[in-house]
Amino acid sequence: MAILLNKDTRAIVQGITGEAGSFHTKQMIEYGTQMVGGVTPGKGGQHFEHAGKKLPIFDTVAAAVKATQANASIIYVPPPFAADAILEAVASEIDLVITITEGIPVLDMVKVKRVLTSQKKTRLIGPNCPGVITPGQAKMGIMPGHIHKPGHVGVVSKSGTLTYEAVGQLTRLGIGQSTCVGIGGDPVAGSDFIDILKLFNADPETHAVIMIGEIGGSAEEEAAAWVRANMKKPVVGFIAGRTAPPGRRMGHAGAIISGGKGTAEEKLKAFEAAGIKVAPTPAEMGVTLASVYQ
Amino acid sequence: MKIHEYQGKDILRKFNVATLQGTVCTTVDEVVAAAATYGFPCVVKAQIHAGGRGKGGGVKLARSAADAEAAGRAILGMQLKTHQTGPEGQKVKKVLVERGCAIARELYVGMVIDRVNGRVCVMASTEGGVEIEKIAEEHPEKILKEWVDPVVGLSPYQSRNLAFALGFKGKEVGNAVKFFTGLYDAFVGTDASLAEINPLVVTKDGDVLALDAKFNFDDNALFRHKDIVAMRDADEEDQRELEAKEFDLSYIALDGSIGCMVNGAGLAMATMDIIKQQGGEPANFLDVGGGADEPKVTAAFKIILKDPAVKAVFVNIFGGIAKCDVIANGVVAAARQVGLKIPLVVRLEGTNVDLGKKILSESGLAILAADDMLDGAKKAVAAARG
Repeated sequence: MAILLNKDTRAIVQGITGEAGSFHTKQMIEYGTQMVGGVTPGKGGQHFEHAGKKLPIFDTVAAAVKATQANASIIYVPPPFAADAILEAVASEIDLVITITEGIPVLDMVKVKRVLTSQKKTRLIGPNCPGVITPGQAKMGIMPGHIHKPGHVGVVSKSGTLTYEAVGQLTRLGIGQSTCVGIGGDPVAGSDFIDILKLFNADPETHAVIMIGEIGGSAEEEAAAWVRANMKKPVVGFIAGRTAPPGRRMGHAGAIISGGKGTAEEKLKAFEAAGIKVAPTPAEMGVTLASVYQ
Repeated sequence: MKIHEYQGKDILRKFNVATLQGTVCTTVDEVVAAAATYGFPCVVKAQIHAGGRGKGGGVKLARSAADAEAAGRAILGMQLKTHQTGPEGQKVKKVLVERGCAIARELYVGMVIDRVNGRVCVMASTEGGVEIEKIAEEHPEKILKEWVDPVVGLSPYQSRNLAFALGFKGKEVGNAVKFFTGLYDAFVGTDASLAEINPLVVTKDGDVLALDAKFNFDDNALFRHKDIVAMRDADEEDQRELEAKEFDLSYIALDGSIGCMVNGAGLAMATMDIIKQQGGEPANFLDVGGGADEPKVTAAFKIILKDPAVKAVFVNIFGGIAKCDVIANGVVAAARQVGLKIPLVVRLEGTNVDLGKKILSESGLAILAADDMLDGAKKAVAAARG
């Protein structure tokens, strides 16, 4: 049954009429995701049509949820307005909110995080992430669907394209995935590695996990400690940024080594101490997983 | 984004954080005049973004007009080398002349966003004036911390907790609370990612002042701070990085010989890593992003090739939103425009990969195609060696 997302998930798109929103809504419909509507303030009453589907557009998330019984939302709203869009989804008590938007001010996310921790209904994935896919069932995100294959390996990652790289390698080896989750590379995000590892640990359909981290912060170290104490399934890992110079932000707002902290070496050490087998190069994530799981 | 000390102090004053009076000068005459206004002793401080200015000879105390003139001559125009500038140093074009003060104690206060709980963390220490990273590592217990609820803001009791723990007494406590409150307001009001006062000084009169000011700002929030964008000093930034920014590319110059063009920050870092593991050195980090179109790819290519150290280029693309055919068209157009003379290794995977590969092979360009990223890294390393 995978985690977070399946064929029964009823999804809406916030920012459905924008360039990215409309392009990816079409892709998600084509993948088979049960899309039930969209939200763009001021365009309520219009429709989004694609491949024989006609999705109603609403002015507010509340109206969309009321009319469609949506239980998941994906956000493509531009950065200045994205935090507000997340708060609107939380206020409508949507179970799963996935935020693709890159470039949300960190202090906006600090406020969002404060709201998220004061409630229990909504889980946020992202921002600045590729989304979530349960291969063969549903995709809510921007990942190329065709590289995935249904199966039993869970993938959790801070990086988008590096996740595609891992998935591509797995599929080529004939190893399918249960669910792939991009948690995003921002300093303040809705879900961290541990949140997702807990779900994979409890999911009978997931038999092994690939965890892909990068320099900056200490989320990988904390996740490694959690794996060591709790994880019942094999986990393999990779950390990007071994060669990154300190003090420079490597694309992602969160990917920065500061004050000698957040280095790849520390993270790799933590992985190894937790029994997480580390892929020696990014080209060997798939074979490393295959070595611990048949 | 970073700014100069004098700009940081302008921000502090706006948020009612106490600083010393100062004047920015670009000539020795201005230094002499400013020093005469403030009296002696006063301080002449080089304005560059890097830290460690004092140790490098960029900060001088002037006890007389002659001292001030000598300091102005010595610092203005110097190539200031600190542990943060690299061996070539940074040319000093401006100095800050500041009134002196009778220092009783030097302390530290800084603010960052704590990623663990997603809140602003205020850090303070009695060990001011030195490298705080060292204190954090060797004596973590000497760093006091308060986390701020974003709904409430920094409460006075939290500031008092810090003030008393730092050993403030009498009227110093009230001054410290005002200082911390103002600094927090400045942090939030400017969307800072770092605000650091090192040292924060307590004068013999009990005043609490910012003797230095270091701010970094959240690039994602600059759209709502035009005043801060206006503080950008292009002299302090790598020209290629600035150019990349114009095209919304994320580029960081490095020391190696293999130029990299990759989509996605994680994959870009991993590409640098695999080049190094194969015995090569990456010349740059470059993320063309998800929405990479032809002009963007062309711009990226040109920026990479501006670096004379680049001996080979490795394009590593896993197309998701970025389509391989679009990338391939950009690569071909750019290679033709610049008359590419060095080896080009291309690895394409993902959306429209077949179309992309076809465009490359029909281009007539001498492109080394790679099967996967390891193969690509190996070919790029071999090509860079010549």
